Amino acid sequence: MIDAASLLAVLPELVLTIGGLVLLMIAAYAGDKVTPVINWLAVATLAVAGWTLCTSMAHGPDAFDGLYRADAFSTYAKALIYIAAAASIILAQRYFQLAGGHRAEYPILILFAAVGMGMMVSAGDMLTLYVGLEMNSLAAYVLASFMKQDERSSEAGLKYFVLGSLASGMLLYGISLLYGFSGTTSFTGIAVALEDGMSNGMLFGLVFVLSGLAFKISAVPFHMWTPDVYEGAPTPVTAFFASAPKVAALGLTIRVAIEALGPAGMAWQQIVIFVALASILLGAVAAIGQTNIKRLLAYSSINNIGFALVGLAAGTPAGVAATMSYLAIYTVMTIGSFVCVLQMRDADGQPIETIASLSGLSQTRKGLAACFAIFMFSLAGIPPLFGFWAKFLVFDAAVASGLTGLAVFGIAASVIGAFYYLKIIKTIYFDEPTTEYARGTSLIETGIMTVCAAIIVLGYLLNPVLDTASAAAAAALF
Amino acid sequence: MDGFPILTLMMAVPMAGAIACLFTNANTARWIALLATLVDLVLGIILWINFDQSASAPQWQFQEYAPLFGRFAWALGIDGIALMLIVLTVFLMPICIGASWQAIEKRVGEYMAAFLLMEVLMIGVFTAQDIYLFYVMFEAGLIPMYLIIGIWGGADRIYASYKFFLYTLLGSVLMLIAMMWMVHEAGTTDIPTLMAYNFDPHVQTWLWLAFFASFAVKMPMWPVHTWLPDAHVQAPTAGSVILAGVLLKMGGYGFIRFSLPMFPEASAQLAWLVWGLSMVAVVYTSLVALVQNDMKKLIAYSSVAHMAIVTAGLFAFNQPGIEGAMMVMLGHGLVSGALFLCVGVIYDRLHTREITRYGGLSINMPKYAVLFLFFTMASVGLPGTSNFVGEFLALMGIYQASSWVALVATTGIILGAAYMLYLYRRVCYGDQVNADAAAMPDLSAREMLLLAPIAAAVLWMGVYPESFLAPMRADITALEARLVQAAPKGDAHVTAGKPAPAHDEHHAKVEAHGEAH
Repeated sequence: MIDAASLLAVLPELVLTIGGLVLLMIAAYAGDKVTPVINWLAVATLAVAGWTLCTSMAHGPDAFDGLYRADAFSTYAKALIYIAAAASIILAQRYFQLAGGHRAEYPILILFAAVGMGMMVSAGDMLTLYVGLEMNSLAAYVLASFMKQDERSSEAGLKYFVLGSLASGMLLYGISLLYGFSGTTSFTGIAVALEDGMSNGMLFGLVFVLSGLAFKISAVPFHMWTPDVYEGAPTPVTAFFASAPKVAALGLTIRVAIEALGPAGMAWQQIVIFVALASILLGAVAAIGQTNIKRLLAYSSINNIGFALVGLAAGTPAGVAATMSYLAIYTVMTIGSFVCVLQMRDADGQPIETIASLSGLSQTRKGLAACFAIFMFSLAGIPPLFGFWAKFLVFDAAVASGLTGLAVFGIAASVIGAFYYLKIIKTIYFDEPTTEYARGTSLIETGIMTVCAAIIVLGYLLNPVLDTASAAAAAALF
Repeated sequence: MDGFPILTLMMAVPMAGAIACLFTNANTARWIALLATLVDLVLGIILWINFDQSASAPQWQFQEYAPLFGRFAWALGIDGIALMLIVLTVFLMPICIGASWQAIEKRVGEYMAAFLLMEVLMIGVFTAQDIYLFYVMFEAGLIPMYLIIGIWGGADRIYASYKFFLYTLLGSVLMLIAMMWMVHEAGTTDIPTLMAYNFDPHVQTWLWLAFFASFAVKMPMWPVHTWLPDAHVQAPTAGSVILAGVLLKMGGYGFIRFSLPMFPEASAQLAWLVWGLSMVAVVYTSLVALVQNDMKKLIAYSSVAHMAIVTAGLFAFNQPGIEGAMMVMLGHGLVSGALFLCVGVIYDRLHTREITRYGGLSINMPKYAVLFLFFTMASVGLPGTSNFVGEFLALMGIYQASSWVALVATTGIILGAAYMLYLYRRVCYGDQVNADAAAMPDLSAREMLLLAPIAAAVLWMGVYPESFLAPMRADITALEARLVQAAPKGDAHVTAGKPAPAHDEHHAKVEAHGEAH
């Protein structure tokens, strides 16, 4: 039933949808020359949508008879998603100017993806979940192949589409099984049905749903598409893929696991533990041999998702809060790293992606080198950088819920991961300079990079805020 | 001094210096670094003077508390043990900066910034009263040290920097898991509270092992010491000084602050492990030191041997053992630092650490030869120098706990004399076989200025150790009291023999004698 309260609860999505449609009309009539304006208007739309989050939460938590949730959890996730989406719009401007192919569709597609992602984290029903997921995915497939003239980009888009469809198929199959055996698609309904005990059909449904979701968060063993897509897609798009959709998909996974499958905790906990450890290990080991920085960051994101899942494996409010904090810190680190990657351009402004080209960066570009090193040490989880705190929180939650073994293995594997981050720092700081990058004069890129680096270095002062916010987000699910 | 945040100030000064160094040219950076470290030295002396050593004084002084970080707090405070290690740190830092004055030519600003950051973190480790703050400071030290070895190190620096980083990181992460478990169990992150908390003895074993993994690597103990010779050889002189002088002490400090008071039962149970590893280390690494051709490697192995006496002394569970271990740590910090400086002096002139490339230096470098001999003797443990006091006390303590360990550990002193004197003979005595070594000029005023204060401190510690023992006495007594119920029974106590009936035989003899009549 459509009522005013429900409409107010989905206000952020309405703002984004209407904004996106209006911008699409402007772009259609004014052409690509207004792209910079549309970029900023899209960012403004995201800002307005972010501003309406409070209104939305005030009219939650349930909207449209439980199909939709506007609670602290979705608000937290959406804030992150909007920030990451805005960053990828702002960063793209210069990239596409230099690489060519700057079109007004880019910011609009990101807006539509943001609508989808907002629906994902707000889903209260399997159908909302699926619609949100597909809205995001459709926009993402186009974004991946945005550089039409670049063969790698098209290949990335195609791979993403084929494998993404496979995942959607698995997810749908799982949903249909859950629906068939519980008679409902709503999360609360499934949870009620599960409380009476779990039939084999439901177990199969659960496994398929989790597999489909694991695909979206690129967790092992459904990670194969990630390095190829990350490498092939234009860098700002990769930055987007590595941040906002990760937050959305993981937020969705958490919501499904806790709200819908909560009573079957023992069943999915084993799966999550396996997936987490496998992701940490594979992400760490496979990254060692990489020579392309974007591929390396792809494995790094697999590795990071593994750590984030440790918090979910704990299955406690503290664990979910830890995962949410992890995502916030991870988003900052990822955006920061990709801004650094965006600055790797030769004299003609063409992007360079080899790790070897970074050698001696500390002697030619001190600031960039320092920021790069900060992000790498942070991703490796070395204190006093903020990335350590992210890992600390998830392992602390695991230890608190008695999963000491998981914590010990996970943290030991993080040492393997540290190796390849160190390799980048070694290239930057210890090797002699080889490639001279074009001097970046983009104030925006430098600004975003500096802000991210400052958050990573001084982040501990944000702890009280982050703790409160993530605890509130987690409390909304239990 | 009440309420004045002197500990925070001691960290803020080098931190500000580090940031300033990044943005200035080479020469300004040198002066900023020197100034910052000297200010910290002055603050360290003020701290020492104001430290209340009387018996009625509270154990923890200069406490600061600010719950800034949510789950953990900016909680600082020191006892006598931490005070001594802080004084050692701030004493060595200006010397390190001085040692790098000319040796470091490229990227000076970054180098000085890394050293100052190192100082912040070292002081942080010794002052942290929150277990997570301690961990952050403890681990963060890896970053500047990794950069120092990797950027300004020798030919094989990259391998050494990786090894240093990954080895120590793997050791520490397990400790972090143990810390999390302890904090959940005890419900506090406050170190003094945790030191008094009685953990379940069965769990203690696991916790102890997790902490051991970290501190044993940091110490370093045999067989996880292999990162140390590599790191030392490749690091620049000042890097080696700070590594040997302070970073290794973090391991010992960890044992004294965490392993012993928090897990007394496990410590007693597993003392055999520490003793065994220490015994092997003393003999094995001393023998390895004997056959080294590289001077820095030799001193690095001697560090491992000295640290083994520290670990054995700490796990003697008695006052002389622990006091001795602390004194060895302080003495070794000064002496090995000075020895690395001595190596640095001739390395700067000839750019080789090969022992055979030198010889007969006492002829052309008499001042150098005198100071080098002094530090060699101090390293051997000659009475009147700092190491004698420490080693004597430590071995005395060990003897009470286990005479066998004491026996083996003492051979370390004999072997130490062997390899150090052998080194000295090859470098300073004999004929001047190498013309370039014979042409080296004697110590410059700057180098004298670096070595003389250390020599004075070594003598002071050897002649009047009470200055250094007094601040620590109350804390070590408290630690011993905490350990006493768990301490293993020693095998070397004087026990009263069974009184045997002595006259019987005599009596019988007399009787026999009588019968004969």
